[in-house]
Amino acid sequence: MINVANLTIEAIREALAARRFSAVELATEALRFAEAENPKTNAYLHFCTERALAAARTVDDRIARGEDPGVLGGVPVAVKDVIVTRGVRTTCGSRLLEHYIPPYDATAVQRVEAAGGVIIGKTNCDEFAMGSSNENSAFGPVRNPVAPDRVPGGSSGGSAAAVAQGTAVVALGSDTGGSVRQPASFCGVVGVTPTYGRVSRYGLTAFASSLDHIGPFARTVKDSATLLGVIAGRDPCDSTSAPVPVPDYAAALDRNVKGLKLGLPREYLNDLTSESGDLIHRGVDTLRSLGCEVREISLPNTDYAVACYYIIATAEASSNLARYDGVRYTFRSGHSETLADMYRNTRGEGFGAECKRRIMLGTYVLSAGYYDAYYLKAQKVRALIARDFQEAFQQVDAIVAPVSPFPAFKLGEKLDDPLEMYLSDIYTITGDLAGIPCMSVPCGKTADGLPVGMQILTRHFDETTMFRLADAYEHTHN
Amino acid sequence: MKITENEVRYVAGLANLNLTDVEVAKFRADLNDILQHIDKLDEIDTSAVEPMTQVLLDTDETATLRADVPVTSLGNQAALANAPQPGAGYFKVPKVIER
Repeated sequence: MINVANLTIEAIREALAARRFSAVELATEALRFAEAENPKTNAYLHFCTERALAAARTVDDRIARGEDPGVLGGVPVAVKDVIVTRGVRTTCGSRLLEHYIPPYDATAVQRVEAAGGVIIGKTNCDEFAMGSSNENSAFGPVRNPVAPDRVPGGSSGGSAAAVAQGTAVVALGSDTGGSVRQPASFCGVVGVTPTYGRVSRYGLTAFASSLDHIGPFARTVKDSATLLGVIAGRDPCDSTSAPVPVPDYAAALDRNVKGLKLGLPREYLNDLTSESGDLIHRGVDTLRSLGCEVREISLPNTDYAVACYYIIATAEASSNLARYDGVRYTFRSGHSETLADMYRNTRGEGFGAECKRRIMLGTYVLSAGYYDAYYLKAQKVRALIARDFQEAFQQVDAIVAPVSPFPAFKLGEKLDDPLEMYLSDIYTITGDLAGIPCMSVPCGKTADGLPVGMQILTRHFDETTMFRLADAYEHTHN
Repeated sequence: MKITENEVRYVAGLANLNLTDVEVAKFRADLNDILQHIDKLDEIDTSAVEPMTQVLLDTDETATLRADVPVTSLGNQAALANAPQPGAGYFKVPKVIER
């Protein structure tokens, strides 16, 4: 009997090598388990059984021929439904794309499968990745596997829930303002936002192009590092993907972080007096006990991050979502006499409330007369926020911070106040604005049993230090 | 209020977004709250700051250019496969010009 929920990438590799089970047997069990569990969480929007079994057969064939099955050989992977999969429906959590079947694979998807990964299904998310609770999906919210009356976080809520409930060993999500780290923290798993440009965005449905990242979810730091190693690296199909060598992240996990300098941003922790704050402080104590030097630092422009982010992200979104006009992507409003009506009706009927709100805000801040006051101003503030981090990284090797001001909240609890929901993104959007690598690693649970994540942020392209710290912490904490 | 219902309707027109009267009222209130928060940015003097127009990679300007080699494109059939109304190898839309 295979227990998918207990498996790691390494355990699968060993089991396949020892012929304890085949990749096809593992894929079959993962699909059975995921389909059986799905009514509890709504984590998956659809399963790709045929594709998964074909990928698993390829892995078994490689093993039978005595070849290496690949770094992810046989590993069941879930993929957020904003990442395109050739021939497999990709809805972005939107009515507009309910029947959209992409004609190509995202680069990250190609790389996962080339490394032997077995994609079992596409996961639920906030519509076009816009949201912090996964309640903006056109196909119903995802429930947190740890506490089913609560949200899993968003926007990659389905990917976080799939890994937390154990139906996938690892998953791909996307992060524009915290959409990997926040659900990872809410569901008690590891979530990684790599450096901007580290992973190709080719095939990631664009939300805000200067902020969008594909990032891994896993139950262990090592598995998240392994998955990032597979998907990272230059891709000619994305001109913003960086021609920077990708180190062997998993091999660098040496459990020796003595002497590393850690910064605690006072702007993040002074206001955080909740249980989440206590758990972060305990996490910092653990890192100190491992020999890290901890000092307080300042990121003085933190207070302006939410305003800055919601100008830039919505401006870019309003442009990126302009393509959903009823001409090319499956959905067209049925009753329009003129072309202009067809655009307006298609978009009015197709988009959900949060997408409309952001399209409106983004269009407003870009409109004539407001461009300088809002968009240009925000780009300047973004430069200041990035500079805050650059200056901090002259003093420290990594920054430790909270992920969210609170743990998973109840479904419906924050739906009526969009601004409050936006403000709760404060600790995660700064990393996206600066484009630096950041991750959430579980650091305990509240008295109510709700998981809390600790965030680790490092310099551009220094994912290695981030993973080393997170791995050493995880090893000691558990 | 920082924004009127008329402005909301104007912006919705720019965005090609059909909104109901209920949505117009709701988005007016939401945008007002958000724009009030955004006013915070006026507190900072950014006159000497260069805007961050992209996440800069410290590298040669041409480092991210690919080789100029033709590759096979999707092809007409695949490109049209998701069209709500394909026809004769094109995307069909409601008539734009009257005869």
